[in-house]
This record gives sequence, C-alpha cells and structure tokens, in this order.
Amino acid sequence: MSTMTIAKAINEGLRATLANDPKSFLMGEDIGSLGGVYRVTEGLKKEFGGHRVMDTPLAESGIIGTAIGMALRGHRPICEIQFDGFVFPAFNQITTQLAKIHTRSDGQLSAPVVIRIPYGGGIGSIEHHSESPEALFAHTPGLRIISPSNANDAYWMIQQAVECMDPVIVFEPKRRYWLKGEVDTKNSPGDPFKAHVVREGSDATLVAYGPLVPVALAAANAAAEDGHSVEVIDLRSISPIDFDALEASVNKTGRLVVAHEAPTFGGMGGEIASRISERCFYSLEAPAIRVGGFHMPYPVARVEEHYLPDIDRMLEALDRAFAY
Amino acid sequence: MGTPQEAAAGTVRTSSDAASPDVSTHPPAGESAGVLRSTAVGPQDAVQLLDERGESRHDATFSPYVEALDAEDLRGFYRDMATVRRFDTEATALQRQGELALWVPVVGQEAAQIGSGRAMNKADYAFPTYREHGVALTRGVDLADLLKLFRGESNGGWDPREKNFHLYTLVLAAQVPHAVGYAMGISRDIAADPSTEPAAVTAYFGDGASSEGDVHESMVFAASYDAPVVFFCQNNNWAISVPFEVQSKVPLVNRAGGYGIPGIRVDGNDVLAVYAVSKWALDHARSGLGPVMIEASTYRVGAHTTADDPTKYRMMAEEELWKAKDPLLRLETYLRGEGLADDAFFEQVKNDGDELAAHVRKATLALGGADIRQKFATVYAQAHPLVAEELAWFENYEASFADATTQPSTTQASTPQGGAA
Repeated sequence: MSTMTIAKAINEGLRATLANDPKSFLMGEDIGSLGGVYRVTEGLKKEFGGHRVMDTPLAESGIIGTAIGMALRGHRPICEIQFDGFVFPAFNQITTQLAKIHTRSDGQLSAPVVIRIPYGGGIGSIEHHSESPEALFAHTPGLRIISPSNANDAYWMIQQAVECMDPVIVFEPKRRYWLKGEVDTKNSPGDPFKAHVVREGSDATLVAYGPLVPVALAAANAAAEDGHSVEVIDLRSISPIDFDALEASVNKTGRLVVAHEAPTFGGMGGEIASRISERCFYSLEAPAIRVGGFHMPYPVARVEEHYLPDIDRMLEALDRAFAY
Repeated sequence: MGTPQEAAAGTVRTSSDAASPDVSTHPPAGESAGVLRSTAVGPQDAVQLLDERGESRHDATFSPYVEALDAEDLRGFYRDMATVRRFDTEATALQRQGELALWVPVVGQEAAQIGSGRAMNKADYAFPTYREHGVALTRGVDLADLLKLFRGESNGGWDPREKNFHLYTLVLAAQVPHAVGYAMGISRDIAADPSTEPAAVTAYFGDGASSEGDVHESMVFAASYDAPVVFFCQNNNWAISVPFEVQSKVPLVNRAGGYGIPGIRVDGNDVLAVYAVSKWALDHARSGLGPVMIEASTYRVGAHTTADDPTKYRMMAEEELWKAKDPLLRLETYLRGEGLADDAFFEQVKNDGDELAAHVRKATLALGGADIRQKFATVYAQAHPLVAEELAWFENYEASFADATTQPSTTQASTPQGGAA
C-alpha cells in the first residue's frame, strides 16, 4: 500500500500497462515531454520513449480515428482528450465508428480503444474546461464508460480499461486529481463495471460518481448528525450501470438521491431514477430525486459554485426524500 | 525522365511544387464559375498510358509497371472491369425489383477501382467508402456479400481480416483516419519486429468527402508519422448533385503539396495508368518513404444511388462526353489492336459475368439469416448486463406470443404481453 494522488495513481496505472502490454501506447496532445496539461503522463515518455507516448497533431478526430485504425491492426491505443469540452471534434469517430465496429462486423472486429477525458468543473477554469458530457456517450450503445473517484480505483481502472476488448471512455475527475488516497498495487478492487458501497446506511441511498463521491460522503456525514443514516454508492461505471447494487441498496433504504455535475435533464440521474423506480417500486418511500447541474451551458467560473451540486444541495434533496 | 518526382513533373507534386502551383493546368477562373460544367473537360495534366482511342502512351516512370505485365494480366484487368460492371447491372436490377433497399452504382469508375485494387499486394489493406465494389473484387470478396448491407441483412458482410478489405463506411471520410491508423500500426509492427512483412494501406474517398475535416486530419497524421498509406481519391465530379468546383477550385491533388505529400493526378478511366501510379505509390509508402496522394479523375456515369436522379442537376451532354471515355472500351480496343484478346475471350467474359450475376441474384434472394439475437450478441465484445437483461426480456416477450398461439383464444386475450425484466 502506498499513498498517492489520483493523478499519480493514473500515471502509475499507465506505467504498469505500458510495461506489461507491449501493444499498448499513449497518444494525445502534449502528453509527451510536457506530461499532459495535468501532468498525468509525466515521465512516461522519458521512460518508454516517444514511440510509446506519442504527442499527436492537434486534431481530436484524427486522434480517435487513427487510434481505431491502430486497434484494428492489433494495437492498444490509450488516447487522451485534453479537456471534456474538446472531445466533440472526435464525437463522430467515437459514436458512429468506434462504438459500432464490433457489431457492424457481426462480431469479427474489435476496437479496444481507451479514451481518457479529464472532466467536470469546480476548478475556476474558462469556457469548455469544466463540462460533464458523460450522458452523451452513455446514450451510445457499444461504449463503456467508467469514472474513478479515488486513487486506488484510478490506478486499477485505467489498466482494466486497456484490458477490455470493448472501447472504454475513462472520465477522470479533474478537480480530484490531487486528492490523495491509499493504493494497493497488489490486489485489484475487482470488476470495474460494478458499483461500490462506500458508506453503509439504512435510511436513504445517495448515488454519485467521479468528482461528487467525496461530496456525497461529506453530505452523508452531515446527515448523520441529523440522525439520518445515508448509504453512499460510488457508481464507478456509468455504462453499464450496476443496477443490481442500486436495487439492493434502495430495497434496504427506501429512498434514492442521485447526484452528478452534468445537467439533470436527460442525464444519468434520470436513467437511474427511472430504472430503480421500476425495480424498487414497492420499497420506495419517496420518489427518486436528482441533484445536478442546471439546464444551461456550464456557467462562468465566478458563478460555478451555484451550479455545482454541493453538500447543501445533496442535503436539501435528502430532506425532500425524508419529507415523504 | 529520371527520378519519380522528376519523371512525373507536373503530376508528382512535392511541397515545393505546391508553393508555386502550375496555374496553367488549372481551369481559368471564368470557366470554373459555370454551374453545370463541372470539370467535364477531363484530365489535362493527368498520367495517361492508354488514351481514349485505346492507344498506348509512354511514360518513363510509369510505363515500366505496365510493361512488366503479361497478356493474361492485361486480359485480367478487362475481365475484372467487365465483371464488376455486370455485377453492378444485376445489383441495380435487384434494387429496382425491390430486393435491395438501395444500390450504389459504380459504372464509369471501374478502371480507377480495378487498377488501384490490383496494384495492392496481398498483405496490403484497403479502407473503402461504400462504392468500392471493384476494389472488393480485387481483394477476393464474394460480390454477393456486398449486397448484405443493401438488403438490410448485415452492416458488414465479409471478414475484413481475411480479405484485408475493411467494411464499407457510410459516414463520409470516417474511414480515412482508420486507414492512416492502420498504416501507423504497420509501422509499429515493423519497428517491434523487423521481420514483419512490409505492407501499405489504401484509403479510398471521393471528391465530396475530400471536403470533410477527417481527410485533412488524416493527411496531417499520415505526413507527421510517415504512415505507409496511399490516399486514393476518385474524383467522379459529382457529390450527389453538387459539382466538383463547389468542393475545390483546383485539382484536389494540389492539396498534397500542402501536407508535404507527393501527389499524382491520373486519368481514372485508364486502368493501366491507375495501376501504374498506384503501384508506384504503394511501393513508395511500403518502402518507408511515407504517404502519397492520388487523384483519379473519373466520372460517375450513373446516379449517386438508386434513389438519385441526375437529370435534375446535370446535362446529358456531359454524361455522353464521359461515356466516350469509357474505361472498358479503350482497353478492349487496345487488347484487340495488340492481338492480346479475341472474340472468344470477350464472349467468355460476358458468359462468366452472366454466371456471376446469376450467383449474386441467387445468393441474395437466399439471404435471410439476420437475427436480432445476433445483434444483441455483438453490441459488445464482452458480457454486458444491460444487453443481457434486454435480451432476456425480449426472449420472454417473444415466448409470450408463442404461448398465446398454443392456448385457447379466451386466455390469449387476457395474457399480459412483455414485461419480464
């Protein structure tokens, strides 16, 4: 066990992948000598060479498009998209090509491309640097989407993504890059597509993923002071979603609150609320409640604190659930 | 003519050429403003080894590739072109008879496809658009398999890894970066294991797709990484109803210089010239010298698809002009003139074509294996709980109908349908 930041954990996970799988390599903008704008790939080019850690032209569609071709040739590209808001030039390649190659070929071809995307707000940044576009990709069959919330998951999930034969998008919680945690480099936390109960409780289930997991845990602690026992689930996988874990929890607690930074309308929370309402109808004491961003483009940094779900917004939602 | 670059002066362009393009070969500005004229004047500065009258022309760089061919090879070029044309006629008929949702005719572009396809080695790889039926033939694809896509049976239809011929791609230009990436993958394989068989990739696209950003990004990547890829653009003058000059004011090959890539313009209706320049380009790429762009000037004699109506946007006279440049006709004239093929050969080709057409028809009408369960099974390569859950629901839903049909009608009416998930 060792303590490291999420950024360092991803770096170590990538290092392990590069060392273990000679077909794997990193590609993206500024990931080589600079080590990425968040330094997540720092030192990897020096250690493995420019052949394994490729600085690419500044062209997102080209990054994903050529990665698909290399994957078809049997290689394991791990692409970095520099920021969430810059993935859209590659949206066509991801959704019309990457997601469909396996089924278009009647299962003959696979394109195990991994796409790393730092996402989410709360960093006081400028336009296009704070978005949470995960639902746009989750709505696309053929993709898998995961998001670690802690260093141990970050270390393991990136490696598991590369091992997966399907395309995997790893949404990395950029405002948690410097969050430290214990990493067990010997024992894997298991299936990356399963949710984890990170705090047990009996009165309500609070579901979050990525950057909001620490907020959810803090909200649960605050709720405990008011006498409410809140179970917190770290979803970890956004597609597929581990509905069995959510169902088991909600059948126990009878209440569900889902939180994410992305706008609630058409977001993952709606999907979770809908499915859990079907599965747990007779156990629910209150309707499933969503906490998320508003239906507006991610706002300017000076007001983002009002946009982002925080502890109080989660507590308000829990209060509403308890009021039924 | 000496080196390839010198040899094809005015045709093989380097980045320095592009800095001062030879404007004398471009259509005057006034001419390009015409609405329906397109570039129907045909290639002026393109490599041509067999002119429209079927007479051979010499080119110091490219003729040797043709001189290395024997009579059987030359007859093979004709046979392939005639085969794909006969196939195309049959597929169009199948669509008209309601057996295909849509068909994409290739008539007029046979030389561009057979020439470039035959130039590839077995280990080379091709990434087609949706119109590369001729290339498919040269890669050994059973042409009947091409129709699965158009009959709604499969979005693929063949094993790309077995044929080194990727699936048809309908999103314009999306396959071009895949081709570059595949080529970069070849380079990686050779770097990791020098005994890897050298290979090159051909990326097919058209004049319409040339305007897509993916073509630009592909050329940037290919040039940056010296990817062994040949960008083969069939400029058939029409992007559905939009004439070429809306895509570009200058020949597309002029763009190659901007990327630092050699560019060759070739008479796309001259199968021998297309073969030769493709062979040169593939050798260039395969030997580690980086990408090449070829612009094959040709013409889509038929409609864009069976849903298209060219009478609404172009003149018959233009079509007639291009029919006179027919790729099959000129090779036939040449073969007969050189005594390389006789009536018996052409009769045999016709009969073989009819036989293939019968096979394609029979195979198409016999299709019927599409199964939604197979679609569930191929969304992901690894097990996926949501897909499994929905498949289970679907099976129960289907089974509920089966139960209902075996039960008395009174219970059938009250049997709830669906919802087992």
